[in-house]
This record gives sequence, C-alpha cells and structure tokens, in this order.
Amino acid sequence: MATQQTQTAARLMMSPAVLLLLAWMLIPLSMTLYFSFQRYNLLMPGMEYFTGLDNYRYFFANPNFWAALTNTLVLVGGVLAITLIGGTLLALLLDQPIFGQGIVRLLVIAPFFVMPTVSALVWKNMMMHPVNGLFSFIARVFGVQPLDWFGQVPMLSIILIVSWQWLPFATLIILTALQSLDEEQKEAAGMDGAGPLSLFFYIILPHLARAITVVMLIQTIFLLSIFAEIFVTTAGGPGVATTNLTFLIYIQSLLQFDVGLASAGGIVAVILANIVALFLLRIVGRNLDA
Amino acid sequence: MGSISLQNVSKNFGGVTVIPDISLEIEDGQFVVFVGPSGCGKSTLLRLIAGLEDVSGGVIQIDGQDMTRTAPAQRKLSMVFQSYALYPHMSVRGNIAFPLKMEGADKETIDKAVNNAASILNLTDYLDRKPRQLSGGQRQRVAIGRAIVRQPKAFLFDEPLSNLDAALRVNMRLEISELHKKLKTTMVYVTHDQVEAMTMADKIVVLNAGNIEQYGTPLELYTKPANRFVAGFIGSPRMNFIEGDEAKKMGAHTVGVRPEHLSPSKTEGLWAGTVGVAEHLGSDTFLYVHVDDVGQITVRASGDVAFHSGETVYMTPMDGRLYKFDAQGQAI
Repeated sequence: MATQQTQTAARLMMSPAVLLLLAWMLIPLSMTLYFSFQRYNLLMPGMEYFTGLDNYRYFFANPNFWAALTNTLVLVGGVLAITLIGGTLLALLLDQPIFGQGIVRLLVIAPFFVMPTVSALVWKNMMMHPVNGLFSFIARVFGVQPLDWFGQVPMLSIILIVSWQWLPFATLIILTALQSLDEEQKEAAGMDGAGPLSLFFYIILPHLARAITVVMLIQTIFLLSIFAEIFVTTAGGPGVATTNLTFLIYIQSLLQFDVGLASAGGIVAVILANIVALFLLRIVGRNLDA
Repeated sequence: MGSISLQNVSKNFGGVTVIPDISLEIEDGQFVVFVGPSGCGKSTLLRLIAGLEDVSGGVIQIDGQDMTRTAPAQRKLSMVFQSYALYPHMSVRGNIAFPLKMEGADKETIDKAVNNAASILNLTDYLDRKPRQLSGGQRQRVAIGRAIVRQPKAFLFDEPLSNLDAALRVNMRLEISELHKKLKTTMVYVTHDQVEAMTMADKIVVLNAGNIEQYGTPLELYTKPANRFVAGFIGSPRMNFIEGDEAKKMGAHTVGVRPEHLSPSKTEGLWAGTVGVAEHLGSDTFLYVHVDDVGQITVRASGDVAFHSGETVYMTPMDGRLYKFDAQGQAI
C-alpha cells in the first residue's frame, strides 16, 4: 500500500488528528515560551514587559532549583527501581497457575484505577499517619516508636506511595510479556540443565528486556511530572525535601504569582524531560530495535 | 550407551487417557521413529521419555536405570523441538554453548565442543549470528548442534522437519541419517510423515490412539503389516482396501492391495474400471480408477503407460501381494 494515491489519502485522513494535536501542544508551549521572557506577576496586572533572560537567571539562581532537580531524579529513579524489580517478581508469581488467578490479577491491577489524590490521602491518613496509621499501630504492637513518615522520611514516603500506584502497570505489562515466552524455550532450557535461577537470568530476563524498556520509558514520562501525591501529603516539605520541579513551578506560579518565572521553570522542565528521554532512549532504546 | 525401556507406561491428562499402556524396548544406537496420525500420542510419548511430562503409571528406564521421576536435565537426553526453541537473544555460539555453560564446563572445553559441533553441522561461518538471521535449515542445524554438544545418551526429535519446505526436508533427512551413522547414538524421532519414517528408521513404532500398532523394521512394516491400520498408514500412495462381496470371495473381511502391486492392462484382468484421473509424474503414473461395486482404486503404473481419463482399465494384483484382514482389522 505505497502508491501515490494511498499516501495522499492517508495524509488527508490523518491531518485532522495531527492538526488538533499540534494545536493542543503548540499553543500552550509557545505561550509558555512567550511568558518566560516577560516580567509578568499576577500581583501587578497590566505591567508586563520584556525582560530577556532574567526569568531564567532567577530560576537557576534559586537555591531550591537544584534541590528540586535532585528530588525529581531521586523520585523517578526510586519509583522506577521499585516498580521494575517488584513488577518483575510479581509478574513471575502471577504467571504461576494458582486457584482464583483471574481475581488475583484483577486485585493486583486495582491500585492503578485509584486516582492519585485519593490514594495519597489514603496513604497519608490510614497508613502513614503517626497516630492513627496502620504502620504506627503495627509499630506499637511490637513496642517500637512509631515513625512519623512524612516528617522523618518524606522522600521515601512519596516514593512508596507513587510506587504503589505504578507497580500494577509494570506488573501488567511484564506479565503479558512473560506469557508470550515460548513454552518450548523454557522446556529446552530445562533439558539443557538450566535451574530456576539460570532460566530467569538467561532466558526470561532477556525476553522481558523490551517490555521493561517500554515500562521504563512510559513511567519516566509520567513520573517527571508527579504533583498530586506531593500536594496532598507533604506540600513539598519539610523545607524543600519533597519539592520536585513540578511542585517548584507550582509554588512560583500559583503561590508567588510570578507567571514569568514559573514559565521559565516550565521550559527548563521540558528541556530536562527531553534530556532524560534522550538518555533513556540511548541507553535502552536499542532493546526496541528488531 | 543409551538403551531406553518403557514398561506399562500410561498417561492421562485430567480425565482423558492419551496413552493407555505402552511397553517398548529401544536398543542402544538404534534410530527409532514414532509415527502415527496427529493426536495419536507420539509427541506425548516422546515428552514422557524426555521427562517434560510426568507419567501417570509405569516405569521408564534409561540405560537400565529407573528414570521415571528424574528431572529432564538429569536424564542425559537431548531434545530437538519442532519450533527449534532457539534462544533468540543469544548468538549461534551462545545457543550451542548453553548446555555446557549450565553444566559448568570451563571456557576451553566449551569452545572446543562448540567448534567441533559447528564443523560437523557446517555452521562455522554462522557462529556469531543471531537465530533470526538464519534460514530454517540453519536454525534446524543449530538446534541439533545444541543437542549434540552435551554428548547425550540419546537424541529426541519432535517433528523437527515439519517447518521446512519439501526440498530442504529431503536434505535434512539425509543429514540427520548421516549424523546418526557418525555418532552412533540412540535417536528417537517423532513424525507424522511415513516417508520420513521409512527412509530414516532402523525400527518404526506405529502408534494409533495411544497404542502401539506395530513395532518393526521399515520393510517388515511394509511387507507384513500386522493390521489394517499399519497397512494403510505405511506406503504411499496408500493401500487400496476392498470390502464386501469381492473380499468375501477371497475369504476375508477386507482385502488390501498396494497401488504398486497392481498390474494394469488394457485387455484383461481381475477387476475392470474406468480411469477417473491419471497423474503423470514422469517416473510413475498414478491412476485413480473407479470400479463398480468396489469403489475407487489407485494404481501405480510405470511412467510410460498411456492411460487417459475415461478409458477402461483392467487390474490384476501380483502374486502374494494381497493382504487379507478380518473384521477387527487384524491381518490373516
């Protein structure tokens, strides 16, 4: 189907969708870009003027920027590590023939359907609350001093909450990949003398490489812009311990009303996301070939 | 050293009995072929020997040792799968080396064994390629290479040629036969193609519905089929079976005669019929003849016999080439 006619037809058919997507993306992006070069504070409406790169200078000079950048990377890295390792192990378990397999799978997928704000609130008030939380109850049962999760280990808490949300996604994708592994390959490896561990590292893991890559890329895109979980639990604190780039931009635009500065931050975040994506594609992208 | 002995082996899947009760002795160094129609349990039987399925009853001995409950890897058998089951992310070298690597052999031994296997199978130039860059026949050879490096007690082949095209299949058939002559290791080979069975086997096991119909050399099966099933399964084109009054006249419930054992004539013979289709293959001519009261009969005549559709042909079976079966299908 590569005649001139079909190509023209295909382009024609695709154009509405492409144009819509382009508008959807280009208009906000170019507006952000425009604002990032303006001195634009909502407290002084009507007094916008062009300031060149000042917004960017202030944004980088902000000591919180580097903290936010580190936090963003730690958050993404931590969640990726937990969900990929946990997801692979869970998928291996769920692949075993067990009674009630369908229901178990459904239960495992369930957290993905809970919206981030709700799940973060549930974690905050029912699990990690230092007085009423389940974890503090368990700690007290054993006579241990309960942990004030968001006070003492804020970043770990956020990572745990977000991991809980994304684990089902990773599990699901990896499980599907696992099920597409040719049964005869496993049997052949068994006859060749591979034990369970060798089977996993030599046969199963290489087979999963592509699925894991996809999970990694998709999750990274979403994890770079985590906001709701931070907003309802720690609000970026204590101090800036859990402030990531998204949250920093939120503070600047909607708490400090400095649209220009926030726009500059937004542009920086876009560039950062592209750098991360580029690195990821370089490192793991070759798994997607062939 | 690889004799395999099955004693009263049976296998059920849930409530379905696939193999009711099979006893079989495979001597060391023999090339034994399991042949039968699809669903007859031949692959299951092979997987039972390999240890990929647990037996429901009976004993499997390899080299005189009871291996019924032994894990596949400890049975010292190698298997070539129908899909080849090559490891797609490993090079040819990695694939062939894998069993040795799992045994914990040192690098030198592995290299030597891999190069040796590669030279036997003409794979030396392809050692660094990935399986997906190979043709079907080459993949097949890699699978065999992976099987031979372990120096197993016996090779198990599960329909290894069914994914190859016809010309390649003939080649690989020869190569496997030559490999057997060279290695002198026991081989058990599963196929549904009776031509493969006849050409490669020292001994053939004909299976039907999980039972052994006959166990013998190819020529025994051809000349002295034990029953109607074997008679119909071995030989191509398949044997003509004549039932009813014609058979009763000869004192049997069914009479069988192979197409190549009928001499066609234009003037006289036992049965007269009309040629429906004549297939001229050059070397042979297959005549599909319709005979009243008997049905369709296939005749294999020499290539220069000129019969055409619609002509009348007379056929006479050659002396001593008529097989008689009773109502249960057993040979009389």
